[in-house]
Amino acid sequence: MDMPRSEVRKLRFDEYSATKHLEHATRQAHARNYQDFLIVDVDSHHYENESYKEVFSYIDNPVIRRAAIESTKRGGRSSMMNSQVGYQDLGGRITRHELRKYEKVPSDVHRDIAMTKTWMDAMGVDYTCLFPTPMLFLGLHPQIEIEVAMAQGYNRWLCERILAAEPRLVSMLYLPFNDPEAAYRTVKEFGERKGVVGFMVTSPRYKPVHDNAYVKTYALLEEMGKPISFHAAYNWNDQSLQMTNRFISVHALGFMWFNMVHMTNWVINGLPERFPKLKVMWIESGLTWAYSLMQRLDHSYMMRTSDCPSLKRRPSEYMREMYYSTQPMEVPEDPSILEATFKMINAETQLCWSSDYPHWDFDLPSVIYDLPFLSEKAKRNILGGNAGRLLGLDPTPVKKLP
Amino acid sequence: MAEWFVAKASDLPDGDRRIVTAGRHEIGVFRAGDAYYAYSNTCLHSGGPACEGLLINRVVDVIAPDRTYQGQTFADDLHFVCPWHGYEYDLKTGECVGDRKLKLRKYEVVQRGEDIYVIA
Repeated sequence: MDMPRSEVRKLRFDEYSATKHLEHATRQAHARNYQDFLIVDVDSHHYENESYKEVFSYIDNPVIRRAAIESTKRGGRSSMMNSQVGYQDLGGRITRHELRKYEKVPSDVHRDIAMTKTWMDAMGVDYTCLFPTPMLFLGLHPQIEIEVAMAQGYNRWLCERILAAEPRLVSMLYLPFNDPEAAYRTVKEFGERKGVVGFMVTSPRYKPVHDNAYVKTYALLEEMGKPISFHAAYNWNDQSLQMTNRFISVHALGFMWFNMVHMTNWVINGLPERFPKLKVMWIESGLTWAYSLMQRLDHSYMMRTSDCPSLKRRPSEYMREMYYSTQPMEVPEDPSILEATFKMINAETQLCWSSDYPHWDFDLPSVIYDLPFLSEKAKRNILGGNAGRLLGLDPTPVKKLP
Repeated sequence: MAEWFVAKASDLPDGDRRIVTAGRHEIGVFRAGDAYYAYSNTCLHSGGPACEGLLINRVVDVIAPDRTYQGQTFADDLHFVCPWHGYEYDLKTGECVGDRKLKLRKYEVVQRGEDIYVIA
């Protein structure tokens, strides 16, 4: 029997437990019976900068490796890596960013694995696709060889220290896209490693996706059956985005902007016709951008087919065959607007839930589960079935709700 | 409805709070000066622990009489912030400051001698 409880707690800001922080999420998980079906999170993060000393030791190039390791000696910051202005923790209002350092984990497991599994269980997640955090901006590094070296070192570290040790963690590895040959080598070297379920391009960068230099990488990915994904972020130094003066503005626009450019180039240049079996996923742009871009491109296409003669169908038809991650899912007050968006992108088979945890605007599975217009089957597809099939994961739930 | 013990008044100084589990209600009880405020600890956004985050003053844009922007500052009124995503609530009313039509459930707080109770 569920007895009424009586308890009084004092709050403490000198200790932290993700299990406690997410206690309300665990209640949601129990109430919605998440233990009964697969939940896959296609986009979550760790803070690889907390493991820079380990990561840098995996860099092959001896000169860059030494410079990178030396750079970690100066107060925890690394002068090898670029960054972006961005007060994502809302001036301390998102308390987990500061407090997570107090989380206690077992000493015999890598801290990233222990911390990730803790929040996964608290939310009801079976598998998560883990991505880095500061490296989301690495495509903007002025030195291409640093992007290449860091991608190589990080990917090897991730495979050997994290993915090899924990089957519930998978990843789409970082592609050093500014060097097309290095991107190809990355797929060749890591494509069959344990836990590698695809490859990821960080979207803020200035290389067009339709460049012929990438064709052999796309062909290899298509042959291997591994998806390519484009993970959104922003560049506040972009000439247009420089005009925005608040983080809310650069975030709202920036996380859509680069994926809108890449998607437009991808479709208009006929890449879906040239690589019809290549699976493509768009991550962390929310959903409204796709709803808008489909209509925009279709409208112009009918008048300007000569601009994109490779296309045999409307742009939206190609876009409807791609995959989308949910977060940060815009939830309008009128649910019919969201329902139309789901219909537009064929959500029941193409949409994959993502948390983006532990970042500031994370989503819980309930953002999908509680939608009034979805059937139980559609909810389960979006929360895990679609991603499970796309990434080749065992559909049996393995989570352990606290 | 029942009265649920929160704390001795002397154990709950200005700016402090308690999270009270009162049967099936989870309530944040705040003390601000000589006043007490109590609200549901479930955020209206995605169910986070709304009362367990930062207490912080409202941020305002400073607009001069000629309507030019002069920077930002803190106002006197206090907000509490859901630590999951940053939804801010007015401490005196429980209104969500981004859309004041949305309000956390408010609970009555009573003091009997030294003892503070919340009614739920």
